[in-house]
Amino acid sequence: MGSRKTEAKKITFSNIIVYGVLMIAAILSIFPFYWMFVMATNHNSAINSVPPAFIPGKELVTNFQNVLSNIDFFGAMWNSLIVSTLTTLGVLFLCSLAGFSFAKFQFKGKNVLFVFLLVTMMVPPQLGLIPQYYIITKLDWVNDLKAIIIPGMIDAFGIFWMRQYISSNVPDELMDAAKIDGCSNFRIYWNITVPVIIPAFATLAIIKFMYMWNDFLWPLVVLRDESSYTIQIALRNLIDNYVRDNGMILSGTFWATVPLIIIFLLFNRLFIQSLTQGAVKS
Amino acid sequence: MAQPQIQPDADTKHEPVKPSPKKKRSPFHFSEKTKDAISGYLYISPFYILFAIFGLFPMLFSFYLGFQKWNGLGEMEYVGLQNFKFVLADPIFWKSLLNTVVIGVIGTLPQLLIGIILAYALNSALIRFKSVFRVSIFMPYVTSTVAVAIVFGVMFNNQDFGLMNVVFNWLGFDSVNWGTSEWGVKLAISTMVFWRWVGYNTIIYLAGLQGIPNDLYEAAKIDGASIRQQIQYITIPMLKPIIILTVFLSTIGAMQLFTEPLVFLGRSFREEGITVVLYLYREAFSNMAFGTASATAIILFVIIIVLSSINVFFTNRIGK
Repeated sequence: MGSRKTEAKKITFSNIIVYGVLMIAAILSIFPFYWMFVMATNHNSAINSVPPAFIPGKELVTNFQNVLSNIDFFGAMWNSLIVSTLTTLGVLFLCSLAGFSFAKFQFKGKNVLFVFLLVTMMVPPQLGLIPQYYIITKLDWVNDLKAIIIPGMIDAFGIFWMRQYISSNVPDELMDAAKIDGCSNFRIYWNITVPVIIPAFATLAIIKFMYMWNDFLWPLVVLRDESSYTIQIALRNLIDNYVRDNGMILSGTFWATVPLIIIFLLFNRLFIQSLTQGAVKS
Repeated sequence: MAQPQIQPDADTKHEPVKPSPKKKRSPFHFSEKTKDAISGYLYISPFYILFAIFGLFPMLFSFYLGFQKWNGLGEMEYVGLQNFKFVLADPIFWKSLLNTVVIGVIGTLPQLLIGIILAYALNSALIRFKSVFRVSIFMPYVTSTVAVAIVFGVMFNNQDFGLMNVVFNWLGFDSVNWGTSEWGVKLAISTMVFWRWVGYNTIIYLAGLQGIPNDLYEAAKIDGASIRQQIQYITIPMLKPIIILTVFLSTIGAMQLFTEPLVFLGRSFREEGITVVLYLYREAFSNMAFGTASATAIILFVIIIVLSSINVFFTNRIGK
C-alpha cells in the first residue's frame, strides 16, 4: 500500500515537470505568432516605444492598406499559389509514373539509374545554381513563373517515395490480372495504381507544396520584376523600404502566414505525419 | 476482342500487333517483357529529360564554370585554378565559413538536445492534451523562413524597444546591438533557426521513441534499472539511427543557411552574419563574378560532404 502511494506521488511530481516543460515549449512556439498579430494591429510609434505595445491595437486595417500600397500582396499570393500548385501536380504525376516504372518493370540500367538519382539527392542545390540561372536566361524565362515551376518538378525524393509505396502497396498479382484482361501498361498505372497510392500522393503533395511556398533563394534569383514576385520575395521587399514601418511589415507577414497556418491547423495530423515521415522513411 | 485503344503509346498496344515495317526482319512480336521494358524507359523518361536539363547539366557545368572567368554576359575565359585560389585567399570567405559553422552549432546543437527532451516529455504516458502540445510545437515549421526572419528581426532590434532588449533590460542586462555586433547577429540568427526547427526534430524523435517496444522498459524496470539507466541503455541506443538522421539533415541544412541572414541583415551582407551561400550569392549576383561563385559552390559541396561525414561518424560513437 505504502509503496503504491509513493509511486503515485512520483508520477504526479514528474508529471508536473513534464507539463511545465511542454507548456514553456508551447508558449515559446506560439508567442511569435501572437507578437506578429500585436504588431500587425499597432501603429509603428506604439511598437517603437519603451515598453512596446503588448496587446493588439486598432491599426489592423490601416497597416494592411499600407501593405497594399507598397507591394502587390494579392498578386504575389496568387503567384505563390500558382507556382506551388502546378509544381506539386507536376511532381505527383512525374514521380508516380517514374516510381511505378522503377517498382514494376524490369529494364536494363534500372538499378544504376535509380542509385544515380539517390546520389544526386545528396548534392546541395546551390551547386547547380549559377548554371541553372544561365539556362533560364538563355530560355528567356527570367521573370517567368515557368523558371520556378519546371525545374521544381525535379524531385528525386518524390520518385524514391513513390517507388517504395508502389512496391509495397500495388501487388504484382493485380498487375498480372489486369494484363490478362488486356489492360495496357498506362491503364494499369492510371486506373489501378493511382487510386491505390492516394495516401502517398497526399504526403508528397504536402511536402512539395510547403517547400515551393517557402522557397526563397531560387525565386530571388530568377524573379526580378515585381509582377512575377512570389509572396516570399514580396515580403522581403517590404523590409527594404527606406522608412521602416514595422506595423506595416508585420501586417504583410502576418496575412501571408495566416492561410498556411489555418490549413495546417485543419489538417494538422496529416501535415505533421507527412512532413516528418518523409525524412524518417528515407 | 474489344481492346481499350485509348493509349497513345505504341508500346502498350496488345498482340497481335502488326509488326512495323522497320521490324520486318524480326518475325517476332514484341514480347511482354520487351514491352514492359519499353514502358519502363518511357515512364521514367519525362523525369530524366527534365533532370538532365535542369539538374544534372547545371551540376556538371558548375565544375566547368569554376575554372572560367565570366561576368554572366560576355565571353568566358579559362583561368585555371585562379577562382579557387581567389576564394580560398579571401578572408571574407573564411569569415563566412566560420559564421556558418558557428551559427550551425548554436542553432542546431541545442535544438537536437531540446528536441529529445521534448519528445521524451510528449511520449510520457499520462500526458493529456498531447495533440495540442504537438501542434503548437510543430507550428513554427509551417511558417516560412522569410516570415520567421522578419518577425525575429523586429524582436532582435538594436534599439531599447526591441522585445529582446526589453527582456534583457528587465532582467537587468544592458541592451545588445543584435543587428550589428559579432555575437548579437549570430545569436539572433541562431534563434530563428532554433525556433523554426526544434518542433520538427521533436516530432521525428517522438516517432523514434514510439517505435521502442515497451517490453524493453518493463524488463529493465524488473531488473531495477533507474530512469537514467533506462535512458542511457535503452532510449539512446534505440534512438540512435534517428539521431544520426537528424544530425545529418541538420548539418546539411546549417551549411546552406541563406534566407535568415539575408532577410535579417538586408542588402549589406554584413560580415558578422555572412554565410557561405550568402557569399556565393554576393559573388554571383552582386559582383557578377560567376566563376568565383561556381568555385565557391564546389568548395561548399566538398565541405558539406566532409562535415556531414564527420558528424555522422561522431554521432555513431555515442554510447559506445
